[in-house]
Amino acid sequence: MERVPVLKIGDILLVSIQLDMSDQTAIQLQDDLAERIVATGCHGVIIDITALDIVDSFVGRMLSTIASISKVLDAETVVVGMRPAVAITLVELGLSLNGIRTALNVERGMELIAATRPDDQGYDVDDEADDETTATT
Amino acid sequence: MTAGIDLGHPQAQAIQSDQDVVRVRQLIRTVAVAARLSLVDQTKLVTAASELARNTLIYGGGGEAEVTTVDNGLRRGVRIVFADDGPGIVDLGLALTDGYTTGGGLGLGLSGARRLVDEFDIVTGAGQGTRITVTKWSR
Repeated sequence: MERVPVLKIGDILLVSIQLDMSDQTAIQLQDDLAERIVATGCHGVIIDITALDIVDSFVGRMLSTIASISKVLDAETVVVGMRPAVAITLVELGLSLNGIRTALNVERGMELIAATRPDDQGYDVDDEADDETTATT
Repeated sequence: MTAGIDLGHPQAQAIQSDQDVVRVRQLIRTVAVAARLSLVDQTKLVTAASELARNTLIYGGGGEAEVTTVDNGLRRGVRIVFADDGPGIVDLGLALTDGYTTGGGLGLGLSGARRLVDEFDIVTGAGQGTRITVTKWSR
């Protein structure tokens, strides 16, 4: 059975799914990720699905499950790179991807995770925040 | 050089394992591209095929998918037949309801697949196996 590699980059685990996964491979990835979150203490998981032609109900459920598991293990999951045709199909299929956060690409996914955990040490110290609240675009 | 897809001639793929479900997806993708379905329609058809192939494997105990390119004079389309000799579906209305499952899944396979295609036909009954025919037409 093929296996999807899980890479650790700083405080984030990065998974880029590059193959058409069998159901067994998807379940294996779910288990691997849970173990790696605990082993590494990472607080973020990014799943890049740019290469996926389709997301069916099985893979959709796997993504939801990974998001739930990681939350319990104190990590945020962000799914990035969903193709427009995949998004359209998912909605029509009736899959809501409950609890899954998404971002357009890996970079934005990393920003999202960083924003979720501004300061791991405790309170959010805001003294150097730039004052852009009145800026318009 | 590989030969092109012979349009009009059905191509079959056995569904006996997890890997066969992957093969069904790949076969349908190839045929849908050759039939010039749009990217969204290809994606919908391959997704529906994935759901139905998985059902054939899990509920039907394995079977076969057969895909053909069809033409109704106005449009070209792709037709897939999923057949198994499993226990069949006793309550079809219930099986087609969103969220209903006997297999521990999400219960979106059958109902979701039906929404993703243009034509959906199912012949089944207790002890009679299941035969599902779906068609997606080009726009």
